[in-house]
Amino acid sequence: MSLELYLVLGIPLLGGILLGLWGHKTWAAELNAAMSALTFLAAAVLTARIISEGPMLTADEQFFVDPLNVFLVALTAFVSMTTSLFSRPYMRIEHAHGRLSDRRLRLYHSMYQMFIFTMLLVLLTNNLGILWVALEAATLTTVLLVSLYRSAASLEAAWKYFILCGVGIAQALFGTILVFSASEKMLGSGGGTLLWTRLAEVSANLEPTVMSLAFVFLLVGYGTKVGLVPLHNWLPDAHAEGPTPVSAVLSGLLLNVALYALLRCKVLVDGALQTAFTSQLLMGFGLLSVVVAAFFLSRQKDIKRMFAYSSIEHMGLVTFAFGMGGPVANFAGLLHMTVHSLTKSAIFFAVGHATQKAGTQIMDDIRGLIRINPTVGWGLMLGSIAILGLPPFGVFASEFLILTSAMRQQPWATPFLLVSLGVAFAAVFSKVQPMVFGESEGSRALKRLPHQPALLPVFVHLSIVLVLGLYIPPHLADWYRQAAKLIG
Amino acid sequence: MHLPLSSQIINLLAAIMLLIAFAMLTQRRILTLINLFAMQGLTLTLSTAVVAWTTSQPHLYWSALITVLLKVVLLPLILHRLIRKLEVKWDVETLINIPTTMIVGIVLVILAFNVALPISALAGTITRGTLGIAMASVLLAFLMMITRSKAVPQVIGFLAMENGLFFAATSATYGMPMVVELGIALDVLVGMVILGVFFFQIRERFDSLDIRHLEKLKEE
Repeated sequence: MSLELYLVLGIPLLGGILLGLWGHKTWAAELNAAMSALTFLAAAVLTARIISEGPMLTADEQFFVDPLNVFLVALTAFVSMTTSLFSRPYMRIEHAHGRLSDRRLRLYHSMYQMFIFTMLLVLLTNNLGILWVALEAATLTTVLLVSLYRSAASLEAAWKYFILCGVGIAQALFGTILVFSASEKMLGSGGGTLLWTRLAEVSANLEPTVMSLAFVFLLVGYGTKVGLVPLHNWLPDAHAEGPTPVSAVLSGLLLNVALYALLRCKVLVDGALQTAFTSQLLMGFGLLSVVVAAFFLSRQKDIKRMFAYSSIEHMGLVTFAFGMGGPVANFAGLLHMTVHSLTKSAIFFAVGHATQKAGTQIMDDIRGLIRINPTVGWGLMLGSIAILGLPPFGVFASEFLILTSAMRQQPWATPFLLVSLGVAFAAVFSKVQPMVFGESEGSRALKRLPHQPALLPVFVHLSIVLVLGLYIPPHLADWYRQAAKLIG
Repeated sequence: MHLPLSSQIINLLAAIMLLIAFAMLTQRRILTLINLFAMQGLTLTLSTAVVAWTTSQPHLYWSALITVLLKVVLLPLILHRLIRKLEVKWDVETLINIPTTMIVGIVLVILAFNVALPISALAGTITRGTLGIAMASVLLAFLMMITRSKAVPQVIGFLAMENGLFFAATSATYGMPMVVELGIALDVLVGMVILGVFFFQIRERFDSLDIRHLEKLKEE
């Protein structure tokens, strides 16, 4: 029995149902936060148990927890909790500004919990078919969240998101079918044929041609959701047009979860092929994403779009790290996933309140945050410095590790990475600096908000990132190493 | 080579599947498109049932049952209701260049057969010859989505793609495990309901269901 696991999945599901009924009440935001906090508590207990007792296979082999996914479960539960704290005043302000009706607010709260549920299901399931189903369900919930304002732009973003990710994920289904056909020959047509643990045991005997073709389809499918270039078109629109808490969880969590799905498949295909096929594909797509996203950054006018491109860049970097493989690069990749997720959601929290105050998302119209609201200003500034990889923040540590392993293992890629990181730095810093410290022209005064913004999550996230940059506790490092070993 | 009767029936159904995919590609009327989609669903059901009967795999009967309920009855019904309410029942898409689309489609079919060849050589199922056709129908549905500029045909293309994938699942293997198939069916159904709501909102915003209005979000 594993009560914790059922709680981790059950609480957000229950939350989704309860908030579907009462999501428009005044206390719904508190209920949302409480449900997320309980989920995090259950995830913490589950994590502690996996650390002390090792991997767990439960419920007729349908769920599998090992250091790799429990690390992401803990991260997902944590960020969804802090985001729910941030969304409490944020969505109230949107409601007060008349951008959302009661019904929309109910839809938002309910879908927020369902979205968390689907992501946790993707992470915990042992069945590749269920993994696909849950990831598609995550797309459906976020389509509703992105289109929440029902404005022309948000409808367009949601439509694009639905069609592109729908087509993408259909490719992933085809890949899954191919994996299934390869495994059926090894494992027979019983019920166990799509279970990841069973497949991992026999992966060396799976048919290499079928598996390599399957990986191409899976990469295109799940890669669309990771936001890998050239499959990234939906990502900036969806981030810019949805409510800011949704941008925070999309960027901080969903991209990680999609990458996790890809990694699980990579392990199986590597076992079957015994070549560098998957590594080369991941490195290629990763590097392309880093370069293209870095050069798009400077052309952005909308602040949320800019940080969406920054997410593409960072996911590309992580994909590249996993493509290189080996203990150090995988360690760096996992660390980068953690710090990126924490930093980027912190940035979106700060951006959310800054845009509410300015009444616009256009960067040229946001000036002088530091004088009007020093906390928001500093939050945005420190977050941007952290995401750009300046020491002493954790992003510096992981980027440094990725770069040094690139110099050792793939020297040809280093100049591309360095130039892109430099370009990204110049682009983001030159845009954020005037927003925070610049002179406002007076005509566009920043508004007072009807509710006190919640900025505690911003600084909690940034301090964790700071600590990770200075010192990684030995327990955590051990845990990362174990997870890194699983990716191979 | 002499094939047993059941394989011949399956191959015939696969051929019909491909023909319907081409018919959908070139069909301008939305109403006919929905009927074609329902026919494709019916073909899929029949072929699943024949495979179930020949290989005596009981779970494939359930799969056929889900397919007939979802793709022959429920989804076409929803689509018919939608186009009646949206008053686009007699809409005609004028912008597709049929000869060019056909030629691209034929190239895609050749491509699909070539890619599927090594896999079907390895698959142990009696239906392995049809994998190429399954892949071709997926690609043709994809082509249909690209060439259409109206919202409803685009979604029908999306659903036809799902049909092709199910067909692939029965050709390469004998269908996915039950729980997965149920999950996929649920996702498709929920997705369809969400899209239905979307149609009304898009029309309310843009006074039309033409996707070309949805091209404001672009990089400068």
